[in-house]
Amino acid sequence: MASQSTASGNGPPRLELRGITKAFPGCLANESVDLALRPGEIHALLGENGAGKSTLVKIVYGVLRADAGEVLWEGQPVSIGSPAEARRLGVGLVFQHFSLFESLTVAENVSLGIDHKEPLDLLSARIGEVSARYGLALDPQREVHTLSVGERQRVEIVRCLLQNPRLLIMDEPTSVLTPQEADKLFETLRRLASEGVTILYISHKLDEIRALCDRATVMRGGRVVGACDPRQETARSLAEMMIGGVLAEPKRAAGGKPGEPLLVVDHLSTTSDDPFGTDIRHVSFTVHAGEIFGIAGVAGNGQAELLAAMSGERLSPTDAAVRIGGEPVGHWGPSRRRNAGLAFVPEERMGHGSVPEMSLADNALLSGHGGQGLVKRGLIRLDLVRHAAETIIDTFRVVATGHHAEARSLSGGNLQKFIIGREILQQPKLLIAAAPTWGVDAGAAAAIHQALIDLAEQGVGVLIVSQDLDELFAICDRIAVLFHGRLSEPLATHDTDVERIGLLMGGLFDQPPDEAADQSGRTHADPA
Amino acid sequence: MPIRLEPRGEASVAWVYLTPVLAVGLTVIAGGVLFAALGFDPFRTLHAIFVEPLTSLYGLTELGVKATPLVLIAIGLSFGFRANVWNIGAEGQLTLGAIFGGGLALWFYGQEGPWLLPAMILAGAVGGALWAAIPAFLKTHFNANEILTSLMLTYVATQLLAFLGYGPWRYPDGFNFPQSRMFCYDATMPLLVPGTRLHLGFGFALFAVAGGWLLIARTLIGFQIKVIGLTSAAAAYAGFNRNRIIWFTLLTGGGLAGIAGLSEVAGPIGQLVPSISPGYGFTAIIVAFLGRLHPLGILAAGTLMALSYLGAESAQIIIGLPLAATGVFQGMLLFFLLACDVLIRFRLRLGRPVPAAAVAKSAEAGA
Amino acid sequence: MEMLDLTVAVLVSTIAAATPLLFAALGELITEKAGVLNLGVEGMMLVGAISGFATAVTTGSATLGILAAVLAGAGLALLFAVLTLSLLANQVATGLALTIFGIGLSSLIGRGYVGTPLDRLPRLDLPVLSDLPVLGPLLFGHDALVYLSVALVFAIAWFLGRTRPGLVLRAVGESHDAAHAIGYSVIAIRYAAVVFGGALSGLAGAYLSLAYTPLWIENMTAGRGWIALALVVFSTWKPGRVLLGAYLFGGVTILQFHAQNMAAFQVPSQILAMLPYLATIAVLVLISRDVTRIRLNAPACLGKVFHPAG
Repeated sequence: MASQSTASGNGPPRLELRGITKAFPGCLANESVDLALRPGEIHALLGENGAGKSTLVKIVYGVLRADAGEVLWEGQPVSIGSPAEARRLGVGLVFQHFSLFESLTVAENVSLGIDHKEPLDLLSARIGEVSARYGLALDPQREVHTLSVGERQRVEIVRCLLQNPRLLIMDEPTSVLTPQEADKLFETLRRLASEGVTILYISHKLDEIRALCDRATVMRGGRVVGACDPRQETARSLAEMMIGGVLAEPKRAAGGKPGEPLLVVDHLSTTSDDPFGTDIRHVSFTVHAGEIFGIAGVAGNGQAELLAAMSGERLSPTDAAVRIGGEPVGHWGPSRRRNAGLAFVPEERMGHGSVPEMSLADNALLSGHGGQGLVKRGLIRLDLVRHAAETIIDTFRVVATGHHAEARSLSGGNLQKFIIGREILQQPKLLIAAAPTWGVDAGAAAAIHQALIDLAEQGVGVLIVSQDLDELFAICDRIAVLFHGRLSEPLATHDTDVERIGLLMGGLFDQPPDEAADQSGRTHADPA
Repeated sequence: MPIRLEPRGEASVAWVYLTPVLAVGLTVIAGGVLFAALGFDPFRTLHAIFVEPLTSLYGLTELGVKATPLVLIAIGLSFGFRANVWNIGAEGQLTLGAIFGGGLALWFYGQEGPWLLPAMILAGAVGGALWAAIPAFLKTHFNANEILTSLMLTYVATQLLAFLGYGPWRYPDGFNFPQSRMFCYDATMPLLVPGTRLHLGFGFALFAVAGGWLLIARTLIGFQIKVIGLTSAAAAYAGFNRNRIIWFTLLTGGGLAGIAGLSEVAGPIGQLVPSISPGYGFTAIIVAFLGRLHPLGILAAGTLMALSYLGAESAQIIIGLPLAATGVFQGMLLFFLLACDVLIRFRLRLGRPVPAAAVAKSAEAGA
Repeated sequence: MEMLDLTVAVLVSTIAAATPLLFAALGELITEKAGVLNLGVEGMMLVGAISGFATAVTTGSATLGILAAVLAGAGLALLFAVLTLSLLANQVATGLALTIFGIGLSSLIGRGYVGTPLDRLPRLDLPVLSDLPVLGPLLFGHDALVYLSVALVFAIAWFLGRTRPGLVLRAVGESHDAAHAIGYSVIAIRYAAVVFGGALSGLAGAYLSLAYTPLWIENMTAGRGWIALALVVFSTWKPGRVLLGAYLFGGVTILQFHAQNMAAFQVPSQILAMLPYLATIAVLVLISRDVTRIRLNAPACLGKVFHPAG
């Protein structure tokens, strides 16, 4: 380990970790991790999913206790037993998965996250002050379920800032933001750093880290494997440090001609029966055979509702609003749509795409009960089901003990490979996948991307709904953007860039009022 | 040293089968303590409950008589419980089965034939299923909680039976008791063992066990029931219709409870009386859980519970133990089972987490 | 004048019939607001009823009886909490077990008390005020527990809506994961809510056996615990509407009694006795139809098992 554990420059580090070790049953999440954070620096903690970043953060924030090692705060050894103690020291944490309460107001949410008692009206006034000062507009009286994802993150940040933290931990903050929103967030963070706040910035997005951070610590398999100045590195060198090998990039054979239309969505509108949901408004698009079509957008803009309307979990108001291979299927349930050639990979692999407590064989039957002869006269043919599961495991190199393994015993990447493999082996005409590589390690992600590309090259139509622009740009032929339940015109990937898609994700296509009045509800993306 | 729960990677198969045994053992111990506290000799009491009834052929057949309604109902309930459909109104469905089937026996009194009993059994199943159809309808159309509606209907059913017994169906020559006349021969269950009360209903119970096993282990509808119970989102993804399963589980549960009710009035009771069940519909809930919602487990658990009824009767006669102790005993058994079930998914660990070195080799997966 | 007297009598007995429902439903409301579904209300009420009755008979003190009932209800709730919160048992199954256990335990304890007489809980007769016509019996002629039950409605509404612990309680029921991440002790808060709910269930039982019908009869709650559970749904988890619902049900119960005593009604008593149960079903159907409203008001984590991971 480099001799950077002691302070550099003036005074002790704000936070110093020495030899932090934390084990869970069956895995060592942190192994003698050393880390020192200076006052006023923006320090990146870089690593893949499962590298141990989240565990380390939980230890610093008092949610978990380390099995071994020392924590020093401004040079003094401390023991952080609870989040409240962490906040008293001056540690603030903005969670990756928001820790907000949907049915409570912004002010109530903030009140719950700060330790001193303060009447709600006074607190509301202070929320106003802080949000104005850092450019984080918020209405304290709104209920959280009415806020967009970006606004929710502001609630979390304001909640932290109200306690005047001296160390602010941001856990994957931009995964829910448009590129423009991310830029605004960076301004806020730089301003905080210039005021002397230390920022620990956790991410696996390399470009961001290069743009924002002064120093970076790289973790892999629970250990610190390197430290560097990210501004001196390339995205590729950072990635290889993170993965510990050479990055495989998916190969897309150039320019096949798109085939006949396979999925036609025609002026689809749905009303969400979830009070926290989004309505889909006049969405139209077409996915052709052999094409990978991407739908980008910040979470909560109607992705879940659109996907449910595609898969048949939610029926459409008119039969013709969704057509598969020319057949109107809007009133068909999931099983009938599967028989028509649709395969579907939901975003939530645990508990939606699979039943965690069931064996892989049962999970093979979950979406395979309609075809392949797995069920005969209502009776399940166990030998065929087991064989189907083994075939998926072998073909897609799923690491599992066999068809009897419970789905929840698999790692995220392996379960995702199993689910995608299950869908691909049903030989669909059309595959819809939501966030196919979310939370999956780089090796599995590359394999999944390759499998999707291969599928398109065999003439299957592929629809990807994802928040990850890197993913969409890597494999899609065309990209459209979903915002407030409306879909933009699709843009050819080679004709556009992240900046322009980012603007659409912020709702820019919704702007021109003259075009929005268009009966079809479809508007052109930009005037250029 | 604090006790911690540490999740197991996979559910322990061994504990799935061991916890009911452990729970029974703990209940026997706690029951002994309870009996001692009530002033009874614990060993003599336990002997009276668990051994005495099994010492004669008659006792063994009585075990079958008592187990019949418990097993029939619990098999039906187990389908619903697996699918998170909480029908707890089996007692009411049992009552309606008895009213429908028994009503048929009274209606055709004096014009009987060999067709009568099969018709009564069918009517019993229909009566129970109809009573369960109400919560099913209210759940699927109005989202009304089936726990509360099915239970409320049990109180309604009890009043309905009382109304019939005190009113239109009272036997005029019955010394003013609120009960019907005795059923005729063709309207009573044939006996399986002559000279005892073990009747055809026990055969139905065994048939239900076999059918239940086939349904859950081998059929697509059984698979649908399991998936819906575990994760409703995955069931929607698979295209399984939740409302259809709600209807299916409630109607089967109600129908089996109805047959159980008919078997009681056409079997050991032989007439309609205001109280046809000592709470079989509720005890069957315990039987279903104790049997792990598995048909063979239910058969074993139903037999055990039947023994607790018989044992309580024998203990009342032999040593004067109050009958109410049965309910306490049954409740304790379910408590112990629920408490022990934690062992299936978790390990109990004392004190601080395991040292890092012990698991350092398996550092592959992340946090 | 006779009609007026009858009306007053009906209203006064309505209040008495509503009070146990109110106690039990308020207790369950707090439990459910913390995200826990305890279906054992019926069992806790029964054990509360017999504990209160037995203690009052033995000691001659109604106050000790009430205290015993509260402790008994809280004790059973603690058992429920250990099973569901510490040992992560299914809440529905455990609640059912609690009811079955409570029915058995209460009749076991109560077998020596069947038919024992006991003085009714005294009315708080206030000079002058209680003698007022109409208003006197209606507002000032009740026992202390009636006033306590109404005061509790306001206290709980204030606690949930205006205090920080109330906010924390709601937060825990809304999202246990978020509450845990911020650093609240989800399990401890839920223990407190469950035990409080049990205490009120016990109190509801004591009201039945000490004030409403000062007797011990096996299964004397006759489904009131379940009706209280339905009232919580009916109220869409709002204390004020629990009060409304409880008095509505008290009214149905009393009207049914009076109808049984009136010669003019040719309806058999058993059919009339079905009324409160049928009314419960009707009310549940009316409220539950509006799925969105239930989703917006029900605590989001109701009935879900919480185990802090890692």
